[in-house]
Amino acid sequence: MEKNELLRIDNLITSFRIDGQHYAAVDGVSLSVSENEVFAIVGESGCGKSALALSVLSLHNSTYTKVEGNIYFKGTDLLTMNVDELNQFRGKDIGMIFQDPLTALNPLMKIGEQIEESLTFHMKMDKKQKKARTIELLEGVGIVSPELTYSQFPHELSGGMRQRAMIAIALACKPSLVIADEPTTALDVTIQAQILDLLKKLQKEMKSGIILITHDLGVVAEMADKVAVMYAGQVVETGAVGAIFKNPLHPYTRSLLASVPGVDSAEGNRLHVIEGMVPSLKNMEREGCRFAPRIPWVDKSEHEEHPEYHEVDKGHFVLCSCYKNFSMRGEG
Amino acid sequence: MALLEVNDLKVHYPIRGGILGRVQSYVKAVDGISFRIDEGETLGLVGESGSGKSTTGKAVMGLVEITAGEILFDGKDITRYIGKNHSSYRKSVQMIFQDSYSSLNPKKRILDIIAEPLRNFEKQTAGKEKKRIEELLEIVGMSSETMFKYPYEFSGGQRQRIGIARALALRPKLIIADEPVSALDLSVQAQVLNFMKDIQKQFNLAFLFISHDLGVVKHMCKNLIIMNKGRIVEKGVKERIFENPQHIYTKRLLAAIPDINPDRREELQHFREQVAEEYESKYHIYYDKDQRVYDLKKTGDDHFVALP
Repeated sequence: MEKNELLRIDNLITSFRIDGQHYAAVDGVSLSVSENEVFAIVGESGCGKSALALSVLSLHNSTYTKVEGNIYFKGTDLLTMNVDELNQFRGKDIGMIFQDPLTALNPLMKIGEQIEESLTFHMKMDKKQKKARTIELLEGVGIVSPELTYSQFPHELSGGMRQRAMIAIALACKPSLVIADEPTTALDVTIQAQILDLLKKLQKEMKSGIILITHDLGVVAEMADKVAVMYAGQVVETGAVGAIFKNPLHPYTRSLLASVPGVDSAEGNRLHVIEGMVPSLKNMEREGCRFAPRIPWVDKSEHEEHPEYHEVDKGHFVLCSCYKNFSMRGEG
Repeated sequence: MALLEVNDLKVHYPIRGGILGRVQSYVKAVDGISFRIDEGETLGLVGESGSGKSTTGKAVMGLVEITAGEILFDGKDITRYIGKNHSSYRKSVQMIFQDSYSSLNPKKRILDIIAEPLRNFEKQTAGKEKKRIEELLEIVGMSSETMFKYPYEFSGGQRQRIGIARALALRPKLIIADEPVSALDLSVQAQVLNFMKDIQKQFNLAFLFISHDLGVVKHMCKNLIIMNKGRIVEKGVKERIFENPQHIYTKRLLAAIPDINPDRREELQHFREQVAEEYESKYHIYYDKDQRVYDLKKTGDDHFVALP
């Protein structure tokens, strides 16, 4: 284990039960997050990025979900723990920020109480200390009048304020790892910029690791140190953020970057369209390169039968050999 | 002559209160805006939540009551007829919605969904109708057996295209697209945007493209309107606004867009801080004492800014 490694995921398989059969939404993902590092997981809907995030804290409904593999947090395997043991980690060592604060926050509880909840569970604090800490947290996430917000209900706050309150909950016990699942997707861009700045600032202060789940490549470019691009349950490319954006290699990463609008906006320009559709969980081809059906002009011999990771540069891995001679349609 | 001309449009919603339910004040969702769209043009309407951009679209569509102002279509004042069903204006102006889950009736077949506008306006035999629907499905790139399926059988991108087919059914001249791609994934979004550009060329359509996503707007539009607090803060040709924003709100909005070049991170961060400072210190210059946005002033060719 590396010295400052926080979280290591080894060959994680998260499968959902549909009609009595299990289908893997996350299919053999391995990654490692260090202290003081922002690790972004990016992909489109259905690629398994959120299923992965929820697996880390075992937040899936165990009746319908099977999670296999290992998730080591500071050396202990989270997947072997029972609920009581897990609860010692949830909210204390690992904080979680959800996409939609309106559904994640309890509408019948005051903001202050919701933040104090985890303090009560994890910390030995008396009433006064708790309140002081809560006010401090609210101040820390940039809420202008923390005393007032403390006794307000979620519906009395704006979207940006609610998201700040949720960040305050996630950070209440100074976790060393924060999992942020689409933290700014529901917000306006100016608020998004503020929240991202806030996350960055807090992360630097606390030297914690962040797993940032998002579909927004702009957010990744601004926030992340490392990126994993996911497609159909697998990580297809991973590496330092600079490497991925400047030298994207996997056909999926390249296609995705080419379909971002507004970068090259000359009149009459067309955006790149990826052929076909993201396969559904049930109909997913699990043999060979999963992206192959979407790049039909690439010869079968370019793909590997059992795709493996190729290290193209230090820390930059690409799945399957099809990246080597790949050119986008229209590039010749 | 402009296809659509909107002059000093106002939409105010009353706030009622007290035991008698008297009107106590108004929410000025749209408060005096003017713009025009030419034939075959795409006008981008940008703003954050609560800016009044969707209300503007609905007002033009006749879905909300207009408090004041006039709307001219093809040179004719149609303000009085705008909410009336079966007017020719209703035929010429159609809408594409953001959420294709809620804008397609789950209990209707695709055939009936697309045929609805046809049945409202054109009395056709079943055979003719079916032929027209086949045509429409072909335009949006879907096979004709699609007709007998139900919305749940389609993906988000496909559903959005079915919505577009319905909007095209009456051969409109103007389509109001309210956040048409914000619910879609990047690669599907690209598909729908390309497609919208194609049909625009093919049918010489005008779009009022309402969006919060500046990247998408930049890609789609020639002219832009930036809205804030129910008013227009800046209006003009896209290049002018992107390269030389004048209003502090526009500056702040543009600065907030994340860049996909990780090398520019520090630079952007610094720029953003600068703009935030300017926003704090110069806010009062750009808004009057009631926090209202000023009227537009011409600052250059095709560039208007709300300045005192």
